[in-house]
Amino acid sequence: MRRYLVPVLATFIGAAGSYAFAAGTHTVVQSEKKFSEAELTIAKGDTLVFKNEDPFTHNVYSQSPGIAFELKVQKPGESSDIKFDREGSGEIRCAIHPQMKMKLTVK
Amino acid sequence: MQKNSGTLTGRFAAISAVALALVAAIAAPASAQNLPLQKPWKTIAEYKKDYVRPTKVPYLAENPYTPEKERLGQMLFFDPRLSGSNAVACANCHLPGMAWTDGVAKSVGEKGAIHVRNAPTLFNLAWTEQTAWDGRTEYLEGHVKGPIGNPRVMGQPADQLIAELGAIGGYRDAFKAAFPKDGITMDNVMRAIAVFERGLVSGEAPFDHWIKGNEKAISESAKRGFMLFNTKADCAACHSGWSFTDQSFYDIGLSDADEGRIKIIKLASMNHAFKTPTLREIGRTAPYMHDGSIANLTKVVEHYNRGGDVKRESVSEHVRPLNLTKAEIGDIVDFLLSLDAPDKPYPVPSLPMVDHKAP
Repeated sequence: MRRYLVPVLATFIGAAGSYAFAAGTHTVVQSEKKFSEAELTIAKGDTLVFKNEDPFTHNVYSQSPGIAFELKVQKPGESSDIKFDREGSGEIRCAIHPQMKMKLTVK
Repeated sequence: MQKNSGTLTGRFAAISAVALALVAAIAAPASAQNLPLQKPWKTIAEYKKDYVRPTKVPYLAENPYTPEKERLGQMLFFDPRLSGSNAVACANCHLPGMAWTDGVAKSVGEKGAIHVRNAPTLFNLAWTEQTAWDGRTEYLEGHVKGPIGNPRVMGQPADQLIAELGAIGGYRDAFKAAFPKDGITMDNVMRAIAVFERGLVSGEAPFDHWIKGNEKAISESAKRGFMLFNTKADCAACHSGWSFTDQSFYDIGLSDADEGRIKIIKLASMNHAFKTPTLREIGRTAPYMHDGSIANLTKVVEHYNRGGDVKRESVSEHVRPLNLTKAEIGDIVDFLLSLDAPDKPYPVPSLPMVDHKAP
């Protein structure tokens, strides 16, 4: 089964003689009015990329405390990303297609 | 030789592909071609697989079906005493003889008040999570309280309703049978009506017999309409599945002032957005749209064919000029009418009356 979740290897970034780990990036695909992930746990500071592979416009958002956000409307083929800097958990939905939902936990 | 042969084959394939693309472009007008990323159109046999009826009605785990709840819910649904004036039943706007609608653009409610939106059919709402045109409530169980308490609809405060029902012996017995633990409560009124409404499933239509393999069940025009519905007219982008709804919210380019779902979800895409209604029994639920502004199905298809009436940022990309011919519009209407099941009389329940020996 094809997996869409692609953890990106942390990369070293040199700055003023010190090193820091870049945060992870995870991709969630929207296809056939479904998210590729039903449930996802990520680390604080990670970024989620929402990739619209549908022939439909999507509008991803969350109203759950701690992870609330709103992406701009995504036309077919477009990708958008959102970084989560705080711990929290809740539900992500598409406003247009509310049956599209997934759970997100940021630890 | 091998290499040259391969090159020639490659050139032939490339020329053939261009020729096929040209033929396809001529066959389908530019504006009616697939949207970006849309999958290639399928065959009629493949599309038919998308519309098979379910075999079971879903009920919530916290409100399972019982015949006692369904019977009570049916009585409550038809009882005008649920309203403040004792004159407006749920059935005033959702008549069984009109596919659970009322045939007018906007219903007349409590004390003659005119409703804000068109009364939708109640068929197949067991499969709906967000209820009402703007999806403001979750499941039928969460919806019923709204119309009963709304001064424009039924105008009955919950405490008054509970007192009124408690004074009627037949209701005391019916609630006790349906809800032995707590009897007459507003939550139980909602649960009973929701269980009754979940059982309102559109009947088997000629379309369903065609899906099952009876080629004579619908006309050739309706079959052409079915293909147009799924391809050039792009109706199935939203009216998908056996009940012909994706349960989603779109701005379809109507010119009324109602802002729809944006009052519930404050996102620009929800401006003037309303839920995709089922198309089952669609021939019997006129007038159409959330505002009841379109009188018949031909005019509905013409609305979509011209790409709606207003241009707004929020209008769905599926609402665009379709270049359907008059004959194609007729085919789509014939297909839509094949979704109507044969009429059946609906038995209205007897309602419990006053206690004649009450002190």
